[in-house]
Order: sequence, then structure tokens, then C-alpha cells
Amino acid sequence: MTALLEVVDVTRSFGAVAAVQGVSFPLLAGEAHALVGENGAGKSTIVKMLAGVHRPDTGTLRVRGADVEFTGPADAKAAGIAVIYQEPMLFPDLSVAENIAMGNQPLTRLRQIDRRARHANAERLFGRLGVHLDPDRPARGLSIADQQIVEIAKALSSDARILVMDEPTAALTAVEVDRLFAVVRSLRDEGAAIMFISHRFEEVTALCQRVTILRDGRHVCTEEVAGLSVDDMIRRMVGRDLSALFPKQDVTPGDVVLEVDGLGRAGVFADVSFQVRAGEIVALAGLVGAGRSEVMQAVFGVDRYDTGAVRLFGRPLPPRSPRAAMTAGMALVPEDRRQQGLVMDLSIERNVTLPRARKLSRLGLLWGGRERREAGTWTRRLQTKLGRLSDSVGTLSGGNQQKVVLAKWLATSPKLLIVDEPTRGIDVGTKAEVHRLMSSLAADGLAIVMVSSELPEVLGMADRVVVLREGRVTAQLTRAEATEESVMYAAMGRPVTAP
Amino acid sequence: MSSLATAPAAALQGLLRARELGIVLALAALVAYTAAGNPRFLSGQSIRDILLNTAILAVMAAGQAVVVITRNIDLSVGSVLAVSAFGVATLMSANPSLPIVVALLAGLAVGAACGLLNGVLVRYGRVPALVVTLGTLYIYRGVTYSWAGGQQVNADELPPHFLRFANDSILGVPWLVLIAVVVIGGVSLMMRNYRLGREMYAMGSSPQAAELAGIRVARNTIGAFLLSGALAGLAGVLFAARFGTVDAAAGTGYELNVVAAVVVGGVAVFGGSGTVWGAGLGALLLTVIGSALAVLDINQFWQQAIVGALIVLAIGADRLVAVRIAGSLRKRDSHV
Ligand SMILES: Nc1ncnc2c1ncn2[C@@H]1O[C@H](COP(=O)(O)OP(=O)(O)OP(=O)(O)O)[C@@H](O)[C@H]1O
Ligand SMILES: [Mg+2]
Repeated sequence: MTALLEVVDVTRSFGAVAAVQGVSFPLLAGEAHALVGENGAGKSTIVKMLAGVHRPDTGTLRVRGADVEFTGPADAKAAGIAVIYQEPMLFPDLSVAENIAMGNQPLTRLRQIDRRARHANAERLFGRLGVHLDPDRPARGLSIADQQIVEIAKALSSDARILVMDEPTAALTAVEVDRLFAVVRSLRDEGAAIMFISHRFEEVTALCQRVTILRDGRHVCTEEVAGLSVDDMIRRMVGRDLSALFPKQDVTPGDVVLEVDGLGRAGVFADVSFQVRAGEIVALAGLVGAGRSEVMQAVFGVDRYDTGAVRLFGRPLPPRSPRAAMTAGMALVPEDRRQQGLVMDLSIERNVTLPRARKLSRLGLLWGGRERREAGTWTRRLQTKLGRLSDSVGTLSGGNQQKVVLAKWLATSPKLLIVDEPTRGIDVGTKAEVHRLMSSLAADGLAIVMVSSELPEVLGMADRVVVLREGRVTAQLTRAEATEESVMYAAMGRPVTAP
Repeated sequence: MSSLATAPAAALQGLLRARELGIVLALAALVAYTAAGNPRFLSGQSIRDILLNTAILAVMAAGQAVVVITRNIDLSVGSVLAVSAFGVATLMSANPSLPIVVALLAGLAVGAACGLLNGVLVRYGRVPALVVTLGTLYIYRGVTYSWAGGQQVNADELPPHFLRFANDSILGVPWLVLIAVVVIGGVSLMMRNYRLGREMYAMGSSPQAAELAGIRVARNTIGAFLLSGALAGLAGVLFAARFGTVDAAAGTGYELNVVAAVVVGGVAVFGGSGTVWGAGLGALLLTVIGSALAVLDINQFWQQAIVGALIVLAIGADRLVAVRIAGSLRKRDSHV
């Protein structure tokens, strides 16, 4: 097999942070190649160098044997490299079809844009990915999962021979992941080279032939996936042994904290009822688009609902009032953290302490010391990799940004915590830590509702699993009843067939 | 895809188009009301005056709309108009035999040069457009003042064919109006159907994503300012031909009318959406308001207050629509 792309002894620093140091590996035609490492290990930095966004400080990139120097993303595109960035980068005002085509618009003979071809192309790509998205709707308001699907379609539409995917599956459930993998496999068999980044090892083993492991910006090894166990990979990535998953400890549930009673919203979800008791973790499972996040947004008061009621400690909550929900002791960690959870230009400490600025202030002023101490405690607990607490959040790696959002809400000491995808984009080590943290918070009497696309997480953490399909509750499973089959069956409405 | 899937999209497009429709309705109501009060408002001469006045504003609004769509602003257009108007008037009075086309081309070129400087400063100086063009607003105006040195070009110094151009018609349509329609139509087409235009929408919608998509942001930004400058220059020639007397204060304060026309016409202040022909309608509406109030003999003060209220209304409507759309899209499941 020939190397379509070679990364040769590449180094890149940001100020004092050496993000990538002397990394080399080839990307072969006809292989899917995984890139794994902890949050902040330098994966996205490598991706951005391949994309022409960053330039290597030293070292070279070779495409089809020839040295290349990219001056911008256009050069990388021209060299046949398509990139899916970790954070979706869409144009909110433009239609989904136009987002996919941008930079590569089909033209008519008069060099005008061929809208019909553009629409058909989007439909074809969505068909291939097995999703039903309306190509004519604007990208504004798409859920994270849908945004990611549009990004995937965009990358596929360019017919690139080199496909670089930075955590494309982070917001997807098993079904969409399977479809994506089927498409990627067929590209691979046609001789394309695929670079795949994920924190989910079962995906790495299912899709990839070889893996490159990074630790702290350094190259650890590049090997055949077949010869490595998941534990081997984790050990090399973290540099020590680690149990991958942390099951929740059993707690006798206390009083009912949250009661959701017949909640409905025309066209989105209907007749959703469930309860959460103190000390319980209830997971909302289902496919992308099943309405999980929408239900929780309505419960928290961000969105409206048409029928039903939400009660906290037996008292009804006014609809459409996140402020009332917060005062009553609810906290919501949103799914779209970049847009709803962080102020990119503010410092890390300021972001962590943002919701509690009033509590931390004395005489109405914020004093640096307390703020910094609080922020320090929580970012350390979540093993956030950062330079100084005063750096802006925008300079952190994707996973570390996620940790800052989690820290921010965990630190508010709520009575009911709603977390949408608690470990999206978070590495194995910290994932176990987040799980341990959630478990100990529950043991202290916190009620937790978790929306998660990751089945192992749902099965490991939840006392009860509420499964949604097309906006309706199709099953409420206890921990004993919840298995991969039973959850998937309820989510899809039919028995799962082995892939 | 079923029709279910396209229904929300169609409704959405309807909402977006409602802006242009709203302007047309407002225009109709205003004209009907004014004409009822004073039938002379609908006389041939009155309509002709309104259209001629709109033409100059609309040409500038077309360029401004493009700049605003890319999430920038060009405040220097009034001053560019002055440089061009004074320059072309001086040129024509010195060389009375020059054909009209040369005057138009000279105005376009002067404006394009000013616009190019704006674009280069915004892109390579990494200074916000608001600041750059506020600076060049004063610079271009100052240059015109020192060039004119207190002099003005009078109508009797200009060649008759140049002055006639402002009043002549072809097939009953005044040249000025024809030029405005061609400009609005051409720029609309470019923004709607050509790659360059779509890239400009993309840049305004998300500058960061535009860089990552490999869009030539520098070229396009400079292009937008170049176009706005060139059209302001063209407007300068139309101004000189229409009014005949040109001094260095020509077009003072026009930039605000132009921006108002664009905003009232439905171009989002933060870029990414709106149409060029909407901006043209905005220019027409503002001009009609001005004439209607004069015809109804309403105080000048009210005219300004009404334009102000319209701008607030337009921006308010934008926010409202944006929030509604975002909300309804988020909740309306996109999966069928
Ligand atoms: N623009 C930047 N400015 C400063 N530091 C940066 C910048 N981009 C990345 N870094 C730093 O470089 C290091 C590597 O970041 P990178 O984004 O490559 O990590 P990653 O492996 O993709 O992590 P994750 O799994 O969290 O996405 C981090 O310490 C990060 O803080
Ligand atoms: Mg990353």
C-alpha cells in the first residue's frame, strides 16, 4: 500500500504550550487510521495542520510523496484533503444544502449556481448516510448531532481521497455511527485514506486497521489495531493502568425530586412522564432526533411545552422560566456547549464561576482570590489540562472546554442536575472521573437526569433508563432490565439485527 | 422526502420574503394615503421626481447591501460621492466635448479607487470596517474640500448634453432610473446566483467557518468595498448631472440614508442575510416618505423621527424573526 499522506517529524507550539512535538506517521491508501490520545494530547492540532489552518513550526507534510506547504485551508482542499472539524463549522443563515456545497458549488453552463443539482446532491448524501434532513432548511437551530451529520455530508461531497475526521461520532448514537462506518468502509475499499479520531475505543476497533497513539503531544506508537487490546491502547495513551468504566454505586433512592407528567409539544414529543428520586440517575436514551434533549430543555424551561406539567419537590414549576428552575435548584448542562455554555474570550476561571458570580462576590465586587480557588478546585477534579486559569477558554482543546462547562455547573451545587451528553468528547481517564463524580454526587442525594448517546455509559450509570422513540416513551427499564438489546429494541421499535 | 419535510422550509422562506412584501405594502398604503390627501402626489412630475431621487440612493444602497451582507459597513459612501461628483464636474467643465460614457466611467473609477483603499485597510489593517470607513469618510471629504478650495462647479459651466442626461428618457424611462434598475438587478443576480455572491453571504454568516471552507475571504472583502465605492462613484456622476451645481459638501450625511435604506430593506446588520433588491425597495420607501411628508406639509422633524422609528422597527423585526425561527427550528424536529 502506498502512503497518500505522510506526517514527518512535525512540531507545533502555541506560546509556551508545545501541542505537538516531533510526530511522524504515514497514512496509507485504503486504510482507516485512528489517532487517539487524552484531551489536549495534540490530535486536533495535527488535524488543523493537515487542514492548512495551522502551519507546522518544523517538520513537513507529504502528499503522494511530494512535500507540501499549505498557506490556508484552500490549499489543503486542493490537495484532496477533506476535514471534519471537532466543532461543527456551519453557516447558520444558509440552507443545509448550500452548507454542504459551499466551496464546491455545482454550476450551470452560465456559471450560475445549479440549485437543483445542489439539492439533489444533499439528498443523495443524506440517503447514503441514512438520515432524513431537509436540505432546504437553514442550518441555524440544528442539533449538534445534525450539525455533525451535515459536516460529514460536506466532507463526503468533495470526493476527497484523504478524509480527516476529528471526533465525528461524538454526538451520534450507535445507529448513525454504524451508517457512517458503512460509508467510510466503502470509501476505504475504493482506496481512500481515512484518519479517524474518537474517544470511544469500540469504534476504533470496529473501523480502523492501524492506530497512532499520542501522549502530551508526543508520538507513542503506530501499530496494527488487531494486535492491541483496548487496555493496551489506554495504557499507552495515559501511561498507566486504568479501568475504563466506572459503574454507579447503589444508593437507596430518597424522595421524589422531579416529576414530569404527560409533557407534550406538538410535533416534537408527546405524553412524556417519568420521575426522578434523590440519589437516582435516570438516563434518557434513544436515537438522534428522538426528542431527548428537547424534552429536557422543556423541563428546564428553555423551550415551551403545550401539555402536561413539571413538578420539583411536589411544587409545579412555571413553564418557560429557566430562572425559576434554577432558583428551585435545577441545573442544566446543555448539549451545545460551545454556543450555550462558554464565553470563548473570557478566562477559564471567569467561565467556571460565571453562574455563581453573585455568591462569590463580596460588597458586590468579584475578588480574584475566591474565584481562582473555586475554579482551581473544580478544574483539578476534572483533570483539565490547561496552562493558567487566566488563559481564555478558546485556547483549550475541545475536550478540555467540555470539562470547563461541566465544572461550571457541578460547582453550583444543584438539587437536580440535568446533563446532556456528560462525556461528549472527553477522554477515557476523565470519563471514569466524571462517572465517579456523578456517582458520589448521587450518593449525597443529588438527583440526576442524563441524556447520553453512548450505550455503555447509559447501562453503566443509570438506575433507570427512559427510552424515547419519535418523541414518545417506549420503555422505562430498571437497571436489571436494561441491556444493550432491550434499550436498542425500545429505541428502534424492532429487534436489533447484528451488523 | 415527503412534503412534510419541506413545509417548514417553505413557511420559513415565506417569512423571510414577508420583509420585502411588508415594504411593498407599506409603500402602497403610504402612497394611497398621501394621494387621497393630495392627488397631485400621483402626477407624472411628482412620480418622476421621486424615482429620480430614489435612483441615486438605490445605486449606493446596492453596494452598501453587499458590504453589510459580508458583516462590514461602509460609512464613506457620502464622501466618495462628493469626490466623484466634484471630480467629474471639473472634468466635464474642462472638456465639454467628452461623451457621457467617459463621465460615468471616470466616476466609477474614482469610486473604485476609494473603495479599494477601504477594503485593503479593513482586511490587511485588521481594523473594524466601522472605524476604517469613519476615518476615510473624513479623509475623502477633506480631500474634496482642499481640492475645491471653496469653489463650486455651476450648472452653466457644465456641457448641456451632460445636464440633459439627467432628464432624458429612453422609452419613457429616465436614464437615471434605468441605471438604478440595471445596477440593482445586476447586483441582486450576482448575490443570488453566482458563487462570489453566495460566498459573501457565507462570510457574513460565519467568518470563521468561511476561512475554514477555503473561501477567499480577503479577495471577497476587498471586492465588496470596491463595489460599494464604485457604485458611490457612479452615484456621484448621477448627482452632478441631476443637480448641476456641485461643491465639496455634496452628499454630506448621505451615508446614513444609505445605511438606513439597507437596514429598512431587510439586510441583517450582522451580515449573512437580506437581499439587494430589498435594499433598493428600502431606498424607494425612504424617498417616498420624504416626498409624502413634504406634500402633506408635515414638519421636517417628523420625517426624521419616522425614518428613525422605521429603522428601530426593522431591526426589532429582524431580532424577533430570528429568535422565532431559531426557536421553531430547534423544536421542530428536522427528522421526518
Ligand atoms: N489556538 C491555541 N492557542 C493556545 N493553545 C492551544 C491552541 N490550540 C490548542 N492549544 C493547546 O494545545 C494542546 C493540544 O490541543 P488539541 O486541541 O490538539 O488537543 P486534542 O488532542 O484535540 O484534545 P481533545 O481530545 O480535547 O480534543 C492543548 O494543551 C491546547 O490547550
Ligand atoms: Mg480535539
